[in-house]
Amino acid sequence: MNMTDTIKHHLTPEILMAYSAGTLPEAFGLIVATHVSMCDTCRSDLASYDAVGGVVMEDAKLANVSDDAFAATMKLISTGDSTPLTPRRSSGTLPSPLQDYIGGDLDQIKWKPLGMGVKQAILPTSKAATARLLYIPAGAAVPDHGHNGTEMTLVLQGAFVDEDDRFARGDVEVANEDLEHTPIADVGEDCICLAVTDAPLKFNAFLPRLAQRFLRI
Amino acid sequence: MSNTTKDWTAQIYAIRDKQDQAAFAELFAHFAPRVKGFLMKSGADASLAEECTQEVMATLWRKAHMFDPSRASASTWIYTIARNRKIDALRKQRRPEPEDLPWGPEAEPEQADAIGLKQETEQLAVAIKELPEKQRSLIEQAYYGDLSHSEIAEITGLPLGTIKSRIRLALERLRHAMK
Repeated sequence: MNMTDTIKHHLTPEILMAYSAGTLPEAFGLIVATHVSMCDTCRSDLASYDAVGGVVMEDAKLANVSDDAFAATMKLISTGDSTPLTPRRSSGTLPSPLQDYIGGDLDQIKWKPLGMGVKQAILPTSKAATARLLYIPAGAAVPDHGHNGTEMTLVLQGAFVDEDDRFARGDVEVANEDLEHTPIADVGEDCICLAVTDAPLKFNAFLPRLAQRFLRI
Repeated sequence: MSNTTKDWTAQIYAIRDKQDQAAFAELFAHFAPRVKGFLMKSGADASLAEECTQEVMATLWRKAHMFDPSRASASTWIYTIARNRKIDALRKQRRPEPEDLPWGPEAEPEQADAIGLKQETEQLAVAIKELPEKQRSLIEQAYYGDLSHSEIAEITGLPLGTIKSRIRLALERLRHAMK
């Protein structure tokens, strides 16, 4: 699943650090785990924030463990599941953390049409943030929208372009409320993205705004 | 000399290779009180922290064959196990994890990478200790879950460059070995 040499748009330091600290809402954790599965640059950045966590834990105020803690742990080891752990690796198109949420690869996604060939599938995560897959036909526009909070978009297939840049498979765009943009799926191939928001998108056109109310986009 | 300079690789390999309980006892004596302290500071009460600490240490035993000293020091690796247990126990939400990289005899880590990473992790520990008190306390708060993302953004300027490139190099070697 490694795409390291072609990825140009990466996760931000604060997102990686929050993932390492274990404080991100589930939907953001999903997009981080999916991108890191594809990107060695962010994998090594994340590992270095884990090293900071290791230092913090090393310096933590010591807490006395109970007298029988070691014996109890040995008992856990001897009675626990002893199935050898094997690597979790994807054999398909999508990285395995995402496949875990879909219940399979691309062909298992349960798309709901949004009109103009655009489709979405909302993934089940905790309510603090929303994760959805978006399907945008080649050459079609994603409805013009600004952002209420933080939105992250990870390209899984094809590519999209906006006013400033091009985002291809593995690239992640991090947008906040200041960004008003019109992403368009590149002409070569239909585009599939994982989009995560911590607030509903606000659409500028009337019709998509209706869709936003009824389809939870 | 601080305990951060101790290298625990031999003990973890002894667990992996011969289920060595004495080696495990050494690791337990050092790490269990730290894991429990970390979990309590993260919001777990004493009895939950005790239970989770035992599970973290048992996971260390079970995952000993997955430890790779060229990609993480023992304290880093055990931190990630404790962090994962913390999310499961305190936040009760699913916890998406990246795909694993291959490991095993085909991809035995480079000793030079392991030594380099250990030295750089020690330098990181010293650098964090030498930060002004206010900044060091912000970092701790970020890892104990008391900071928002915009507050985290202000403190991510840590001296991590050499560690990042070291791990990157180890990942490239690993990928290359698996081709």
